[in-house]
Amino acid sequence: MSILTELFAFWQAQADKLGQQTLQHIGLTAASLLAGVAVGVPLGLLLTRRPRLAPWVLGGAGVLQTIPSIALLGFLIPVLGIGPGPAILALFLYSLLPIVRNTVAGVQGVDAAVVDAARGLGLTDGQVLRRVELPLALPVLLAGIRTAAVINVGVATLAAYVAAGGLGEFIFGGIALNNPTMILAGAIPAAALALLFDAALAGVQHLRGRRLAWAGRALLLALPLLAGLYLLPRATSKLLAGFSPEFVGRSDGLPGLRRLYGLYPASVVLAPALVYEAARSGDVDLIDGYSTDGRIRAYDLRVLRDDRHAFPPYQAAPVVRRQTLQAHPELAPALAQLAGQLSDSVMTELNYRVDIRHETPRAVAHDFLRRRGLWREPQPATGATIRLGSKIFGEQYILAELYAALIRGNTNLGVEAKTGLGGTSICADALRTGAIDLYPEYSGTGLLVVLQPPPAVLDSLGPDPAAVLAYVRREYRRRYQLEWLAPLGFNNTYALLMRRQQAEQLGISSVSELSAYLK
Amino acid sequence: MPTPEPAIEVRNLTKRYGSHTAVQDVSFRVEAGETLVLLGPSGCGKTTLLRMLNRLVEPDSGVVLINGQHVRSQPPELLRRGIGYVIQQVGLLPHYTVAENVAVVPQLLGYAPAIIAARTAELLNRLHLPPERFAGQCPSQLSGGQQQRVGLARALAADPPVVLLDEPFGALDPITRASIRREFRELPELRRTTVVLVTHDVTEAFELADQILLLDAGRVQQLGPPRELLLRPANDFVRRFFAAEQLALQLRALRLTDVLTELPAADEKQFVSTIESTSSPLPPTASVQEALEQLSNTSTSAAGEPTVWVQLSESTARPLTYATLMAAFGRAVRRLATEA
Repeated sequence: MSILTELFAFWQAQADKLGQQTLQHIGLTAASLLAGVAVGVPLGLLLTRRPRLAPWVLGGAGVLQTIPSIALLGFLIPVLGIGPGPAILALFLYSLLPIVRNTVAGVQGVDAAVVDAARGLGLTDGQVLRRVELPLALPVLLAGIRTAAVINVGVATLAAYVAAGGLGEFIFGGIALNNPTMILAGAIPAAALALLFDAALAGVQHLRGRRLAWAGRALLLALPLLAGLYLLPRATSKLLAGFSPEFVGRSDGLPGLRRLYGLYPASVVLAPALVYEAARSGDVDLIDGYSTDGRIRAYDLRVLRDDRHAFPPYQAAPVVRRQTLQAHPELAPALAQLAGQLSDSVMTELNYRVDIRHETPRAVAHDFLRRRGLWREPQPATGATIRLGSKIFGEQYILAELYAALIRGNTNLGVEAKTGLGGTSICADALRTGAIDLYPEYSGTGLLVVLQPPPAVLDSLGPDPAAVLAYVRREYRRRYQLEWLAPLGFNNTYALLMRRQQAEQLGISSVSELSAYLK
Repeated sequence: MPTPEPAIEVRNLTKRYGSHTAVQDVSFRVEAGETLVLLGPSGCGKTTLLRMLNRLVEPDSGVVLINGQHVRSQPPELLRRGIGYVIQQVGLLPHYTVAENVAVVPQLLGYAPAIIAARTAELLNRLHLPPERFAGQCPSQLSGGQQQRVGLARALAADPPVVLLDEPFGALDPITRASIRREFRELPELRRTTVVLVTHDVTEAFELADQILLLDAGRVQQLGPPRELLLRPANDFVRRFFAAEQLALQLRALRLTDVLTELPAADEKQFVSTIESTSSPLPPTASVQEALEQLSNTSTSAAGEPTVWVQLSESTARPLTYATLMAAFGRAVRRLATEA
């Protein structure tokens, strides 16, 4: 029951977005369907006149259909960039097979005697097509359009990954935030839309005679109108922002910026993996990212200073089981060697070498230790084995390699790496249950994702890194018997990024300046 | 005065499908108002031949003239709008009503709606499909016989001078077939129209044909009036083709005029004294079959044997009994077969 009330509360709070996303979703589906009909029906008719082409065309459309939708989008992005283009093209390609196949089947299913009689009466080829074959093939043809429509409503949720909008924005936001209510907030309207399209087309399909012909024409008219929904004017601003779904949904992401800076840029949602690329290519001007991401350097982006501290501190520090620290007192000093060693720019550099230059995390970690004079040759492991966890991205792999090298060099403990443990909740659970002994975590993540304190507590902590770390340290100790050791120095928090050149031209170096520029 | 042109003239028509020759060097003429029946076993090429007349099949060589005009002198659609076309499977447009089906060709020809409506109603009435009941129905609501009547109405709607019929009764049950065939024969539109009809049914051919063109393996075996094919077959194939139903066909093909010459001289006064009001005299052009049918319907009079009368002139008639009729019929068949 509570999830229902949450759901309605969410819809109420996000009513404008829900409306916009639904219209975009209908628009995407209708636009691709229109293209599918405009190309698929003539193509199908051509195949009925040139049957020798049929296996090739149907085979080709069938192969397109088997490409996983997310992969198809992936193929199209390098060619078409992001936005509605690749989304509509991908949806169009998916709609081709059912429409072409049913057009062929529909026309071939028309009684040969009827066509023969019609020709014998003196109908021209065009008249036979328009007055006999198409009307009689229409129910089968509509079944194909119906199939395509239902497929497209489903696949259109993926459009949110390429900044084309639609109900996928809620769904992917919900997945990124592990928020079932938000997933449902997008999934339920998407499912309802699919049912609606299905029912409407089923109704048309079962009409007969004159009414069917009228409905077919009405459908051809309705599709461009529905597709036009996508073009409805929407908010614009001097800069276009492209945000990942998680950033849009998290209270310390975009909502926080709105609260503190009054920042309302026109924005699109796209896959986290694509935001940097979108900024580099100029598809968008403003993106969210992480302050130590290697691509900031690679793509020459500028981190806008968060001068009012909208983003909470995300200080990186190792989190360790208390039992492990007590059983192996030599462990804490070995880990402490890294404390304060990694500034934002240093970490960005290391990430750059791994993520962009594709060096191995181990090589980068060992090279760093050597240059800092922290490198010790590994000792034979005679003691117990420390199980080291990490989340599933480059920075965490580097940190895990750094700790592994320090433990092996400074103690006789063995190290077993359990890297790539997915997201925060998996790592935190593994640590609490003792599946791993330690992993690097960020104070803000521990606060907001694991501890989830009431808003009053959050307000009292404010943007002060020390206060956040102290609170997290105290609560982890009390609730889970886990210890936060000294932080590493860098703050991997959310950041607003712009292309350096554009930021310099516009004289924007902080979020306040950005906000002022947009007003 | 020039002699009137034949309604259809076909010269040396040949059609091949790969190595198979469907129609080979066929020529014939059909005079206006005549009915030509294309007869032959399945696969003999008769349907292909028919479809070359309205260019649904294009010949490899040879020419087709309709009313003296080369069929290739106009686009096939325009040609077909002037030629009625009926097929065995009827092929009514299932999404059109009966009236709309009948109106297809007049509409293509741009007739005024009022004229189309009147013509449609007239044809449906004549074919025993009262428009108030049938005009708005869908083809799927009709029986097979009713569908074929609509198919015929559709073919005749624009009053084409030529009508092509491809086994129009083939899909009907025997009782429906016989009754529709009779309607066809008596339809005034068909009587003044030049008709080419394809069938493999010999009885049907004899009932409807002015001329029969008997085909086998794409070649003409014999072309002529029914009785000529029957009584003077050109070859063994023709003979064998009619052998099974020879007697029935002879009864249909021979007229009383053929038979009367074989009767012994008789007392013509009988006519005046004994004609009975219950039995109207037959015309001399009636077939032997018709005379037999009337005999079997005549009740035995007090005088003795059943008798029918043949009108010979304004005031004379001859009586015929089973015995005299059959004896004369037998002699007539023998005589006609030996006249070469």
